[in-house]
Amino acid sequence: MPDSGIGASVTRKEDKRFLTGRGRYTDDLNRPGQAIAYFLRSPVAHAVIKSIDTSAAEAAPGVVAVFTGKDMETDGVGSLPCGWVVKDKHGEPHKAPPHFPLVRDKVRYVGDHVAMVIAETLAQAKDAAELIEVDYDEQPPVIDAAGAMQGALLHDEAPSNLCYDWELGDEAAVDDALSKAAHVVKLDIVNNRLIPNAIEPRAAIAEFSPAHDSYELFSTSQNPHLLKLILCAFVLGIPETKLRVIAPDVGGGFGSKIYCYAEETACLWASKRLNGRPIKWTAERSESFLADAHGRDHLSSITLGVDADNKFTALKVLTTANLGAYLSNFATCIPTYLYATLLAGQYITPVIYCNVKAVFTSTAPVDAYRGAGRPEATYVVERIVEVAARQLGVDPAELRRKNFIQPDQFPYQTPVALTYDVGDYEPALDQALKMIDYSGFPQRRAESEARGKLRGIGFSAYIEACGIAPSAVVGALGAGVGLWESAQVRMKATGSVMVMTGSHAHGQGHETTFSQVVSDYLGIPYEHVEIVHGDTGQVPMAMGTYGSRSLAVGGSAIIKACDKIIEKGRKIAAHMLEADVGDVEFKDGNYTVSGTDRSKSIGEVAFAAYVPHDYPEGVEPGLDETAFYDPLNFTYPAGVHIAEVEIDPDTGVTTIVDWVAVDDFGKVINPMIVEGQVHGGIAQGVGQALLENCAYDENGQLMTGSYMDYTMPRADNLPSFKVDMTESPCTHNPLGVKGCGEAGAIAAPAALMNAITDALGQEIDMPASTEKVWRVCQSRRMAAE
Amino acid sequence: MPSVTMKVNGKEVTAEVEPRTLLVEFLRQNLALTGTHVGCDTSQCGACVVLVDGNSVKSCTMLAMQADGDEVTTIEGLANGDLHPVQAAFKEHHGLQCGFCTPGMVMSAVDLLSKNAKPSESEIRHWLEGNFCRCTGYHNIVKAIQSAAERMSA
Repeated sequence: MPDSGIGASVTRKEDKRFLTGRGRYTDDLNRPGQAIAYFLRSPVAHAVIKSIDTSAAEAAPGVVAVFTGKDMETDGVGSLPCGWVVKDKHGEPHKAPPHFPLVRDKVRYVGDHVAMVIAETLAQAKDAAELIEVDYDEQPPVIDAAGAMQGALLHDEAPSNLCYDWELGDEAAVDDALSKAAHVVKLDIVNNRLIPNAIEPRAAIAEFSPAHDSYELFSTSQNPHLLKLILCAFVLGIPETKLRVIAPDVGGGFGSKIYCYAEETACLWASKRLNGRPIKWTAERSESFLADAHGRDHLSSITLGVDADNKFTALKVLTTANLGAYLSNFATCIPTYLYATLLAGQYITPVIYCNVKAVFTSTAPVDAYRGAGRPEATYVVERIVEVAARQLGVDPAELRRKNFIQPDQFPYQTPVALTYDVGDYEPALDQALKMIDYSGFPQRRAESEARGKLRGIGFSAYIEACGIAPSAVVGALGAGVGLWESAQVRMKATGSVMVMTGSHAHGQGHETTFSQVVSDYLGIPYEHVEIVHGDTGQVPMAMGTYGSRSLAVGGSAIIKACDKIIEKGRKIAAHMLEADVGDVEFKDGNYTVSGTDRSKSIGEVAFAAYVPHDYPEGVEPGLDETAFYDPLNFTYPAGVHIAEVEIDPDTGVTTIVDWVAVDDFGKVINPMIVEGQVHGGIAQGVGQALLENCAYDENGQLMTGSYMDYTMPRADNLPSFKVDMTESPCTHNPLGVKGCGEAGAIAAPAALMNAITDALGQEIDMPASTEKVWRVCQSRRMAAE
Repeated sequence: MPSVTMKVNGKEVTAEVEPRTLLVEFLRQNLALTGTHVGCDTSQCGACVVLVDGNSVKSCTMLAMQADGDEVTTIEGLANGDLHPVQAAFKEHHGLQCGFCTPGMVMSAVDLLSKNAKPSESEIRHWLEGNFCRCTGYHNIVKAIQSAAERMSA
C-alpha cells in the first residue's frame, strides 16, 4: 500500500484549516465599506403585483437603496437562463418563460424575490423591508404536480403549465411486449420533494470597481466559471474579462450551489448602481428552505413485463415531474436525459419506454440535487424489481442475478440511449449478500417476530451515469454548454507544482486526491503539490463540480496536462543528458537514458526550463502546461446496497439495524475519502426514504420551512455502515475512475423502502415516517383482530 | 450602548454592543472569530457551538450580554499550536468533509468527553442530536469521537 500516492488513504490537506476555525467561507469575508442586502420575498404563492410602494423603506434609518424589478428592467438586466433545451415528443423546444432576478409583475411562489433592500446593517435592512407596501392581487396557487395542468396559468408562455411532454423509447414495441408477457407487474410511486440543505447557507459579496469598470464576486458556488459565464453572457451583458468570481471554501453543495440565483445577480448589479459599494448578502436558513433549488418531486406509474422464465421483457414508465415556478439553470435535463436514460439499470430489458410531463407549479424551482435524475430512475427500477420478486414468489437477489447484464456483454447498448462501457455486477451482489449474512436473515426475522417486532430486508442494485459528459453527446441532446474540464499544471523552477483545476471542492477533498494523483504521475513529493480551484482569476475556463465528475473529467484533464509536462521535460532532459529524445524514459520523477544510469530529476529539468542557459533549440522556456479533457463516454458506477430494518409496530419507529454497500467505482485513489462519500450519500438517501419531505399546504405556504419541521437525518437516526468495493476500471479515461459522490444517495432510498415494505408486507410511499408506518401497523393489527 | 466583558480564548475583551447582539454575532463580527458558524436560525444545526464556562452552548441562542463575565472558548482557542485530541481524531478518521459543521461538532464532542470519558456509540449518537452534518453521514464523526475518547483516557 503506497503511503501518499494512488490507492493510499492519505489524511486530508484541507482538514487543518477547517478543524482550527481557519476555513474561509464567503460569510467570513467582509469588504471595507460594504452594505448589507436583504430580500423582501413574496408571502403568497401566486399573485399579480398591482403596486409596490418603497418610499417609507427608503426613508428608514440606515437604508442605502431599495430596488425592485422595474429598476433592473430599466438597466436591461436579463432573465436567469435555463441552459438545456429539451425537445418535446413533437420536436418542439421546451417552454421557457422568463425568470427575472427581481419579479416584474407577478409572484409565482412563496419566497419569490419582490424587492431588495440595501442598508448599513442587516437589522436596518430587515426593519426597512417591513415598511414596503405591496398590493397583491392573489391568484389560485398550483401546488401538486398531478393537477398542475388543470390549474391556474402561471406563465403566458406555457399553456396548461406544461413545460414539455417528452418521451424516450418505442411505446408501441413496449406495449406489444407487455401484452405478451407472462407476468405484468405494476406500481405507482412518489419520489418526494427534498430541500438540499448544505449546512452553509448561500452567500455573496459583490463589488464593482468604477476605476477598472470591472466586477468581483465572492460566491458559495460549485462552479464559479459557469456562474461567471451566465452572469456575463446572459444576464448582465458584460464582457467575461470584466468579472472575476471566487468561490472560496464552500460548505457543501449537493447540487444546490450549481446555479446562478437571483440574489448574487442582484448584488452584482446593485454594486454598480451604487457606484462600487460592496454588497453582501447571506441567506438565513429560512430563506434557504424557501428559495434554494429543491430536488426530486416525481410521480410515476411503472409497468414491468416478465416472461415465464422470470426474465424482464419490457418496462414502461409514465412520469410527471414538478419543475416549480421557474426553470432553474439545468431543470429541464434532470427528469429527462439524467433520468430516463438510466431506466435499464443493471438489467437486460429489451424494450423500455418513458414519458415525462414536466409541469410548472407555484413552488420553489426544482433542479439537480445529489444524484439528479439517477436516484429517481433507480427508485423506479429497484422498487418494481423488488415488487416483481414478491409477486412472482422468487428471491429478490436471484431475480436480479437472473436479469443482470453479463460481463461478456460489455460494451452494452441499452434500449435507452446509453452504452455502458464496462461492468461486473454479480461479484458486488455476492459480496453484499455475504456481508449482511443473507442466509441468516430468516432466523433474525423470526427472532424479531418473537419480540413483537417486524423485520425486513431490501436490495438496491443501482447504476448511474457519471463523469458528465461528452460534449458532442450532450450538445446533440440540447445542452447549451460543453461538459469538458480544464487543468493547468505549473512546475515551479524549484520543483514544486501548482495545479489549477476547474473542479471545485466543497467537501470532496480534491486538494488531497488531486495531490496524490499528481505526486504519483510526476514523481514529486505529495507535500510539494498545491491545488488551486474556485477562482476564475487563476483557473482557466472550467465547467465545475456536479454529476460525480471531478476525478473522471477534472482528474483526466490534470493527467493530460501532466503528460504534456512530462513530454516537454523529456526534450529538455535529452539535451541535458546529451541523448536522443527517444532514448529518454520517465519514471518516478526521473528522466533516464535507456539502459544507462544517467538521469536527471524532473526538478532539475524544471530548473533548466526556467534558467535556460544551456537549452535545446526550438523549445520554449518554462514548464507550465494547460489541458482540456472532453470525456469519450459517461462512466457507469454501479453496486448493490442492502438495508435491514426492524420496525416497532407499537410506535412506528423504524430502526436500521444493518446496512451494507458494495460499490464499483473503478480505480480508487483515496479509499478513506471514497468511503466517506458513500457514507454521506447513504445518509441523504436514508433521509429521503425515512425522514425528509418538502411539503406545501393548499395555499402554497411552505410547511417545512425550518429544521423544526423539515426532518434532517441526525446521528441517532443512522447506523454505522459496512462499505466494500469491487473494481472494474473505466475503459475510457486515463485513471480508470468512475466517480463516487452520488452513489449512496442514488442507491439508498430503494434499498430502505424495499426493506420497510418487506417488513410491513404493504406498499407505502416515501418518506416512511413514524406516523405513516404506525398507521399501517395499526390497520394490520385491527384487520387481524 | 451597554458594555460587555468576557474572557474569550483566554483573553479578556470588552466592547459596547446593541442589546440584541447574539453571542455568535459578537464572536464573528466584533472579534473576527469566524470559525464559529451560523447554519440555521432555529437553534437546530449546532454549527455555532462554543464552550461557555466549559459547557457547550449554541452561541446563536445566547445574547452576548448573557455571557458577561463568562469564559468562552471557540474552535480557534481549543488548542495552542497542535491539534486538540478531538481535532486530531477528526482528521485521522475523516470526520469532516466540507468543514462547515466541524467547529460546532468538535466543540460539542469536547464537552461530551469532559462529561463522559468513555461514551458508547449510542451515547455519542444521542449527544450529537443537536449537531447536523450533511456530508459524512456521521459514521466517521462517531469513529473519531470514540478514538479521541480512547486516546484521552489512555
